[in-house]
Amino acid sequence: MQRRVIFDNKALPYLLLTPQVAVTLIFFIWPAAQAIWQSVHLQDAFGLRAQFVWFENFEAVLTDPNYLDTLWITVIFCAAVTLLSLGAALLLAVLADSKIKGAGAYKTLLIWPYALAPAVAAVLWMFIFNPEIGVLGRALNNLGYAWDYRLNDTQALTMVVLAASWKQVSYNFIFFLAGLQAIPRSVLEAASIDGASASRRFWTIIFPLLSPTTFFLLVVNIVYAFFETFGTIHALTHGGPGKATETLIFRVYQDGVVNHDLGASSAQSVILMVIVIGLTAIQFRFVERKVHYS
Amino acid sequence: MLTRRTLAVSTALATAAFALSAGLSGAAFAQQKTVIEFWHGLPQPLGGQLEQVVKGFNDSQDKVQVNPSFKGNYPETMQAAIAAFRAGNAPHVVQMFEVGTATMLAAGPAVKPVHQLMSETGTAFDAEGYIPAVRGYYSSKDGKMMALPFNSSTTITFYNKDAFQKAGLDPNKAPATWPETIEAVRKLKAAGVACPMTFSWPTWTQFEQLGAIHNKPFATQANGFGGLNAELKINDPFFVKHLQTLMDLQKEGLIRYSGRDNAPDPLFPAGECAIIQASSGLRARIVKEAKFAWGAAPLPYWPDAVDSPKNSIIGGAAFWVMTSPKRTAAEYKAVADFFAYMAKPEVDAKWHMDTGYVPVTLKGFEAAKQAGFYEKNPGADVPAQQLTRTATTENTMGLRLGNLPEIRNIIQEEMEKAFQGQQTAQQALDSAVKRGNTVLRNFERANKG
Repeated sequence: MQRRVIFDNKALPYLLLTPQVAVTLIFFIWPAAQAIWQSVHLQDAFGLRAQFVWFENFEAVLTDPNYLDTLWITVIFCAAVTLLSLGAALLLAVLADSKIKGAGAYKTLLIWPYALAPAVAAVLWMFIFNPEIGVLGRALNNLGYAWDYRLNDTQALTMVVLAASWKQVSYNFIFFLAGLQAIPRSVLEAASIDGASASRRFWTIIFPLLSPTTFFLLVVNIVYAFFETFGTIHALTHGGPGKATETLIFRVYQDGVVNHDLGASSAQSVILMVIVIGLTAIQFRFVERKVHYS
Repeated sequence: MLTRRTLAVSTALATAAFALSAGLSGAAFAQQKTVIEFWHGLPQPLGGQLEQVVKGFNDSQDKVQVNPSFKGNYPETMQAAIAAFRAGNAPHVVQMFEVGTATMLAAGPAVKPVHQLMSETGTAFDAEGYIPAVRGYYSSKDGKMMALPFNSSTTITFYNKDAFQKAGLDPNKAPATWPETIEAVRKLKAAGVACPMTFSWPTWTQFEQLGAIHNKPFATQANGFGGLNAELKINDPFFVKHLQTLMDLQKEGLIRYSGRDNAPDPLFPAGECAIIQASSGLRARIVKEAKFAWGAAPLPYWPDAVDSPKNSIIGGAAFWVMTSPKRTAAEYKAVADFFAYMAKPEVDAKWHMDTGYVPVTLKGFEAAKQAGFYEKNPGADVPAQQLTRTATTENTMGLRLGNLPEIRNIIQEEMEKAFQGQQTAQQALDSAVKRGNTVLRNFERANKG
C-alpha cells in the first residue's frame, strides 16, 4: 500500500513551494532570460541605447576563428584537468586508505588545498613558476631550460592545467576516500583469500564499486574545469600568451566585463548554457547506464 | 476659566517651543554637509595618499563631505561605475583611466562635462592652466574640458647606473636613440646582464608612445579625435619595422618581453633588468626598493624617422562627473567646489612630489621647481619635460578610441604570437589592425544615435 501525504488546505502546498520557486526565478531564470535578451541586442556600455540585431552576435562569435580556437583549448583544458585531478586523487585515496602510520596526517594535508581560493592558489603557483621570481622557474632557467610561460603556449597551458587540477585533487580525494571506505572489507578479504593480486582486486572490485563516486566526480570536475577555473587563469596568464590559455568562460568575462561588449558576451553565455545542458544530458543518459549503483 | 487660560497659555508656549526647536533643527539641517560619493581605482599606497588629498578638501571647508571609496583597479572601478549607473545609482565622481575616455565621452547623458559643471555652478576654472598634452587628452573636439585631470603619468626610460658602469657605458648618459639603445643592450649582455632591457605596458610604450614621439598616427581621424569612424594605422611600415626590431632583439636575448600591462614593473627595481620603459609612476617604487644607482631618461627615438622627438602622451586617470536621476543642484555645486580644490596648483604640486605622477598644471610644475624638488630628486622632471617639450600635433594629443582596453589586449596578444615565432611582424600587425577595426566598428554602431 502506498502512503500519501494529503494536505487539507489547497493553498498550503503552493505556499510551501513559493520560496524555492522564487529563488529559482530570481537567481536562475531571470538572469538567464536577461542573457538571452542581451544576446540579440547591440548595446553601448551604459545601456543607454540598444538595438535589436537578430542573431548577429551569435554569427559574429561563431564565425570568429579565435572563438573556435578558444573552444578547442577549452576542450583540451577540461579533459586534461578532469583526467589529471581524478587520476591523482584516486591514486592518493587508494594509498591513504591502506594501513599506514600517520594516515590521519596525510589525509588532513591532502585536504588542505581545497580551503584555498583559486586566485590565492594561482598566486602561490606564480611564486613557484614565474621565470624571474619563482623558485622553480628560476631554477629551470638556471639549468638551461628556457622556461617562460609568458611567451610559450605549451608551457602556459601546462601550468594552468596543473594549477587548476591541483586545486581540485583535494575535493576528489575526499569523495574517493569515502567511497573506498564504504567498500565492504569482506569482499576484498574473500578476493585476497582466493589469491587475487592487488591490481586485480582494484580493477575487478574496487574500481567498479567506486563507479557511482567516479561518475559523480566526473560531472562535478567537468563543470569545475568549465566554470570555476576562471580565477586561476585570470591570476596566472590572463588567457595568454596570445590566446593560448583562454577558455570559454574567460572569454565571456573578457568580452563582457573588460571589453563592455555585452551582446557578444551574452551570446557566448547562451552558447555555453547550451553546451552544458547538452553535456549533462549526455552524461546522465549514456554514462550513467554503465554505472554500478549498489 | 482660569484653567482654560492656563491651557491656552501653555498651548501657546508649547507651540512657540515647537516652532523654536523646528527653527533650530532647520538651522542644524542647513549646516548639514552635502555628501559626495567619490569612487577611485588606486590601490595602496597611492589610494591612501589620494584619500589624504580628499581629506584636505573636507577639512578646508564645512559644507561638503567627500567620501572616497576604493572600487578595485581601474577596469573594475569602471565596471562598478557603469553597473551603478545602470541601476540609477551612479557615484557623483568616478576616477577613470585614460583609455576609458572615449567610452565615457560616448556615454552622453551619463556624464556631465566638467566645463559645463563649472559654468553652470559659476565656479572659476582655468582650463588653460593645464599642460597641453594633458588638456588635449581630456578635451572635446572643440577644445572643452570634459573631465578633471588629476593623476597623469607618461612613459619614460629608467636605467641601472651600476649595470651601465659594469658594461663600460657612461652611467650619466642614457641612450637617446634606438640605435644607441641597441648598442647599449649588446654591451650589457656582453657584460653578463641576463636581462639587458624590458618594457612595461607593451602597447602603450611600443605603439602609442612610439607613434606620438615620432608624430606617426596610431589611428586615422587624428587618433580618433575626429570621429567614431577611425581605423587603426599600426600596420604602417614604421611600426612593422619597430616590432621586427624588437623581435630580433628578443631572439638574441637583448630585450625581454615580460608580460602584459604593468607585469614587468618589478623586474627593474629588483635589479633583474638593466633598462625598463615604464610608467613614470614606477618612480616611487624604484625609490623605495632599488638597491643600486639608477637614472631616468626620455624614451629613445629612431633618428631616421624624426629629427627630434615630439611630446609623449599621457596615461593615468581623470575625474568624471556622473549623472543620476536623483541628483540635486546643490550636489553639483558641491562637486564643483571639490574640483576647484583639486585643481589648485599647490594641491597638484604636492601630489606630484609625493607620488611620481606628473604635475598636470603648468603652475603646479613651477611650484615643484620652486620648492627645489628637482634639485633634490634628479630626473624627476623627465616625464614633465617629455610631455611639454613640443607643441602637440594631432598625433600627440592622445588617443580617443572606443574600447581601447580591448584594442590594447589585442595588440598584446598578437605581439605574444609574434615573439614566439608563430607569425611575422607584418602578419601580427595586420591581424591586430583587422581585429582592432572590428572592435572600433562595433563601438561605432553601438554608440550611434
